[in-house]
Amino acid sequence: MSLLKVEGLGKSYTSDIKILKNINFEIKAGEFVSIIGPSGAGKSTMLRCMNRMVEFNEGKIIFNNNDVGSLNKKELRKLRTSIGMVFQHYNLVPRLTVIENVLHGRFGYKTTMQGILGRYTEEEKERAFYLLEKLGIHEHAYKRCDQLSGGQQQRVGICRALIQEPKLVLCDEPIASLDPSSSKIIMDHLKSISTEMGITCLVNLHQVEVAQNYSDRIIGLNKGEIVFSGTSSELSEEQINKIYGTETKDLIMA
Amino acid sequence: MNEKTMRKSRWQTVIFLLIIIVLTYLSSAITQFNFIDGMATIPEAVGWIFSNLMITQESLGKLPKILEKLNETILMSIAATTLAAVVSLFLGLFGSKTTKINNFLSVFARFIASVSRNIPVVAWSLILLLSFGQNSVTGFLALFVGTVGFLTRAFIESIDEASQSAVEALKATGATYFQIVSKAVIPQCLPQMISWILFMIETNIRNATLVGILTATGIGYTFDVYYKTLNYNAVALVTFCIVIAVLIVDFISNYIRRVIL
Repeated sequence: MSLLKVEGLGKSYTSDIKILKNINFEIKAGEFVSIIGPSGAGKSTMLRCMNRMVEFNEGKIIFNNNDVGSLNKKELRKLRTSIGMVFQHYNLVPRLTVIENVLHGRFGYKTTMQGILGRYTEEEKERAFYLLEKLGIHEHAYKRCDQLSGGQQQRVGICRALIQEPKLVLCDEPIASLDPSSSKIIMDHLKSISTEMGITCLVNLHQVEVAQNYSDRIIGLNKGEIVFSGTSSELSEEQINKIYGTETKDLIMA
Repeated sequence: MNEKTMRKSRWQTVIFLLIIIVLTYLSSAITQFNFIDGMATIPEAVGWIFSNLMITQESLGKLPKILEKLNETILMSIAATTLAAVVSLFLGLFGSKTTKINNFLSVFARFIASVSRNIPVVAWSLILLLSFGQNSVTGFLALFVGTVGFLTRAFIESIDEASQSAVEALKATGATYFQIVSKAVIPQCLPQMISWILFMIETNIRNATLVGILTATGIGYTFDVYYKTLNYNAVALVTFCIVIAVLIVDFISNYIRRVIL
């Protein structure tokens, strides 16, 4: 049984240019799937279609037996609670503390008033500290986010996604703004999320080698079309050339 | 840059300067303003200021009355600014690209902002004078309307600049609109917003004097009365009090800014 099923997905902002064309794929629960492709291939747009941060024009997305495209506002909000999201620029509220930012992940389960007043249950707070400890940043819990390094901020972002108790985590280039050692920490954490907690990960990546090392499956995107879909070992040099439209030796390998 | 283009740019500067000189000469010729004559009157004017605008023992007797009016003016400015800030907060949220509810409200908020901002406060008080008459409500409204325009504009920019990414993240968690506003937008923009409000309070205290002259309220009216009764010593005292008040408010708001930013 697949957790996420995408059929004939298409997206265009203007009538003449199509960002995404006839995208089809399926993801099973607990899988770690990377999406690679050159800049402007439509990776971010595709990722954001999954929780309708971007509205798509054509096709169908079935997530956890829900037809994503047909949900009304309230149902969409409910759907988003079960999909976590991690961003390239962390997208935290920099002036608030780490723990506050983590608890923001619970808003989807709360009424507007509970959210505004910041009413969190003891369970939620304990869970937040548990997650911070798991990602190794619990000693920073009461610091403001703008005092943290990039790698630490991204871990806060992951905590915020995990406290939603999601079935799927969407990661939009989670390591593109990080140095190599922080990148490794983040990727290891994401991998353990899928193996230990059984949460499905869909990750946009720029680095082919990172994708090969961590993913169960890789999807290659070029000009809005899927040009490759398979395991890391199936990704040959020829395939990489097809995805990026250049010779591999011209690419800077990370 | 080669020699030819350098020479060209030097010529451009010379021509530009010549145009300015010609424009200045023409405009003063048309308006019959003689710069030399104007300069010649300065020593006399300064002399007049020093001989007439002196604070005397007698004018100091009017100090309690002046301070009372000044107090009234300052409080009115603060009230107008803070009330305008509340209205502007909502208009700013509607107008900002990241937090807009729909396009109609967004255009509406921006329209209100530009109309009220592009008409000067003096014009507002004269317009409102016709419908509300000479009382403190008119002055209050004139300051209020001008401030709403300015603060809405400033808030829209603060919100756009500071909170776009966090808004996206919270939307993705399934948060509601007011949760996003209260927990991402407000905490992130508050220091900047307070800074703008303080700036507007300062500006409004200065403006209130002028508005007061027109609407016959507050310290502006006091100034006007003494001025028209040729009591120049009292006029000097009023001016002095205004300057001191503005300096104090300036000092306080700078201090608050240092603490919050």
